[in-house]
Order: sequence, then C-alpha cells, then structure tokens
Amino acid sequence: MSMKHLNGPALGAAGILLFLVTWEAIPRLGLVNERYLPPASLVMAKFFGYLFQPGFWGSVAHTMTAWTLGLAISIIAASVLGLLIGSSLFLRRATRSTIEFLRPIPSVALIPLAVLLFGLKIESSLLLIVYASFWQVLLQVLSGVADVDPVADNTARSYGLGRMARIRYVVWPTTLPYLITGIRLASAVALILAITAELVIGTPGLGQQIALTQSGGAVAEMYALIVATGLIGVLINTVVRLVEKRVLTWHTSVRGEATT
Amino acid sequence: MRYPKRVLHFLGLPVLLIALWWVLTLGATNFFVPKPLELLQTFWAVWAGERFLTDFVPSVLRLLVGLGLTILLGVVFGVLIGSVRWLRSLTEPMLEFFRAIPPPVLVPLLMLLVGINDQMKIIVIISGAIWPVLLNTIEGVRAVDPVLSDTFRTYSITGFVRLRHLVLPGASPQIMTGVRQSTSIALILMVISEMFGSSSGLGFTIVLFQRAFAIPEMWSGIVVLGLLGLALSVISKSIENRLLKWYSGLKEVQHAS
Repeated sequence: MSMKHLNGPALGAAGILLFLVTWEAIPRLGLVNERYLPPASLVMAKFFGYLFQPGFWGSVAHTMTAWTLGLAISIIAASVLGLLIGSSLFLRRATRSTIEFLRPIPSVALIPLAVLLFGLKIESSLLLIVYASFWQVLLQVLSGVADVDPVADNTARSYGLGRMARIRYVVWPTTLPYLITGIRLASAVALILAITAELVIGTPGLGQQIALTQSGGAVAEMYALIVATGLIGVLINTVVRLVEKRVLTWHTSVRGEATT
Repeated sequence: MRYPKRVLHFLGLPVLLIALWWVLTLGATNFFVPKPLELLQTFWAVWAGERFLTDFVPSVLRLLVGLGLTILLGVVFGVLIGSVRWLRSLTEPMLEFFRAIPPPVLVPLLMLLVGINDQMKIIVIISGAIWPVLLNTIEGVRAVDPVLSDTFRTYSITGFVRLRHLVLPGASPQIMTGVRQSTSIALILMVISEMFGSSSGLGFTIVLFQRAFAIPEMWSGIVVLGLLGLALSVISKSIENRLLKWYSGLKEVQHAS
C-alpha cells in the first residue's frame, strides 16, 4: 500500500512509531553512546515507572501549582489593566512607550533578582511566570479593546446603554477572542518559565528533578522526565484549544489564526 | 497630533517613573535597589570596558548564529513538510510534541550529548527556537491562496519560480509571526545555556554578580539583557514592516470595504 492511501491519524501514528524505532536504533547500533542517549524502550520503562511514584506526582503538583497561580495572576492583572488603559485614549498613548520598553525584557534576566528576593520559594517561579505571561495577555486585551466597532459603540450609546452595559455588551464580546488568544499564548509561556525557574533556580518541581537527575548521572530518568514535561505541554495546549473552541463557537469562523 | 504632544506622551510616563525611583531611593539604603545615578555609573564601568568584548559580543554572536540557522532550517523544512501532504500527516503529532516540550529542559540534555561548548549553546538555541518558525511555515504554506495556486498550475509554473513568487510570499505573514516567537525563545535559551555551563557570556556574568552580592552590577546586567531584547524586537519589527508592507496594505483595503 502506498503512503497516499493512508489517512491522517494512521500516518501520524506511523510517524510516532518511526521516531521511537529510530531513537531505539541509534544507541543500539552504537551511533551515539548509550550513556548519553539511552534507547527509547529504557526511557519509556522509566517513564511508566515514574507514574507509580508519589514523588513524581509531587513534583508535577509543584510545577502545576506555580503554573496555575502565575497564569491566574497574569490574566487577572492584565485584563483589569488592559480594559482600564484600553478604554482611555490618553492612557493608551501615555503608557505605550513604557509597555514597548518593558515587554521585550526577557523574563530570565530576572532570575538573579528572584534568587535574591525569594530564594527557593514558589515566589521565585511566580515572579518569572507572571513577568513573562502578563505582557502576552495585556497586549491582546489592548488590541481587543481597540478593535471595538465604533458604529456598534455609537449605536449602543444612542439606545441609552450606560458605561457598564456597553462594556458588557459591546466591549466584552469584542475583546473576548483576543483575551483567549492571549491566554493561549500565556499558558505555553508560563509552563516554559515554571520549568526554567525550577531548572535554574532549584524551586521544587519537575525542572528541579531534571537538574538533579542530570547532575546525578541518571540519564534515562532525565529523558523520562523531559518526556513528561512535553506531555504536560501537549495536555495544556489541548485543553486550552478545547476551551477556546467552546467559548468562541460563535466566533472562530470569523477570526483566522493568522493574526496571532 | 502635534509634535510636542507626541513627545510628551512618549516621555511622560518613563520620566515620571524614573523621578519616582530617584525620589524613593534618595535617603534610603535598600540593599536590593540601587540609586539611578549609581546604576548608570556601574553600567558604564562594567559594560563599556573589557566585558563588552569578553561577555557581550560572544553572547550576541551565539544568539545571532543560532537564530539565523533556526530561521533558515525552519523555513526550509517548513516549506518541504508544508507542501507534501503525507509528510505533513506523518510528522504532525511528533512536531506537536516537540513544540510542547519547554525548551530550557534541552539544556541539560544537550550538555550531555554535545558537551559544554559554543556548539552546545547554538544547538540549544536551534532545537528550542525552531518550532514556532517551522510550524508557522507549515501552516502558511498549507494555507496559500488556492485560486493563485491553481492559476500557477494552469500556467504550469513550478519549481523555484513557484516557490519564489507564490509559496514564500504567501506564507510570509505566518513565517514572520513564527520568527517573532522564535526570537524571544532564542534570547531566553542564550541566557539559560550560559547560566548552566559556561565561563563567559551575559547569563554567566549576571549570575556571578548575584552570587557575589554585587547588586548594582547585577542590575546593570539585567538592563543589558533588557536593552538586547528591546533591540531585537525593534529590528524584527522593522524587517517585518518592510517585508509585509503589501500585506498590511491588503488588510487595510479589506477592512475598509
């Protein structure tokens, strides 16, 4: 059977299988030393072993707690500030240069500061996560508020809708898709920074375990933990996309993904 | 808007914030927060001298080489995978998985596989930052205007000309979105790879300052990284504006109609 007759999911499964077989073969054939790249079967065995260890789930819980808290703080702060700044032309113009200056500062530059201020506490992770994901949400909310249709807004005014009612019925529906896009971007960034803080600073979580296995020479375990972080990433992406579809059923057909 | 008003809008808040910082640290001796003037002096003393050549330049070179290769490889493989349907289906789940791995975990992995050297840092940047460019290129190539695509086919335009005049321009808005995301990941990875195993570079230096409790020096390093991030964002935005002029024009026309 030629490749063309297979359908998408079957080919995708074949792709995963091909990847695993290649991974298994490279160390087995001695192309790369087994000490640095353990075969896939060994790593998978370690991974399934982890699933029955409470310590592993403890690390996952640490990472996910920092992720959830950091993301929640960023979303709330950025939505409030975004709606506030966005609804005033003066504030929008006055804050623009400051936002454009602060936004590109890489969150990892704050690592030494976090270590000094909070040491190994969860606040260190939160500082990095919030700084990185706050801007993602804020910028999206700002463009969302700026995108409000002036005709719709004026119509609402003519019908005597008050400020709160206009926010509820005009600004909010326009901003929501942008907010969701911001949350989708921020949720990926937040995971990166949660793991980074654990890896580099040593706050408890999966990243810290990866650093420990690496320095302890437990290579197969390290690979297993990296696979675990990837699976968490896939899970987060999937859940966020589902929520996005759910919330924006009325809207997805209108807005393409290209603008993100 | 009149010119002076614009300047006021641009400078107002930053000046206000710096003034606030200056006033608040005037009499205080908070160990963690240096005074503005002190920071400026330290910045000049630390980064204008030898460190500029031994730490700043190597870091930036690694970043630029890594980012250049990232974009090149991402676009080449993206065009390839995006134009062959079975290849796309075959690789899609694996690519989704690779993209979801937080890139910093690749640092300890590649330290093992490659060792601690410049190549490791560049490979870390490529292997962590390539996914946004790659996946956005695939999406962009796949979503090329079907009418244009059919027109090219009718005139039997194929190969390089098709690539140059249809596929790459059509996918360029998506590619640039990917490049922007990849750039910020590359900067993160440059810093982390230097924090982990290195004896030079920006990441190494600011951690060194922090461990020595040299607080103003540490802040000056943070400022350097901030300025680097700002410069990258300004450069990529101006390239994007130039490359995608036709696209924003097209969008305006579509919005107006």
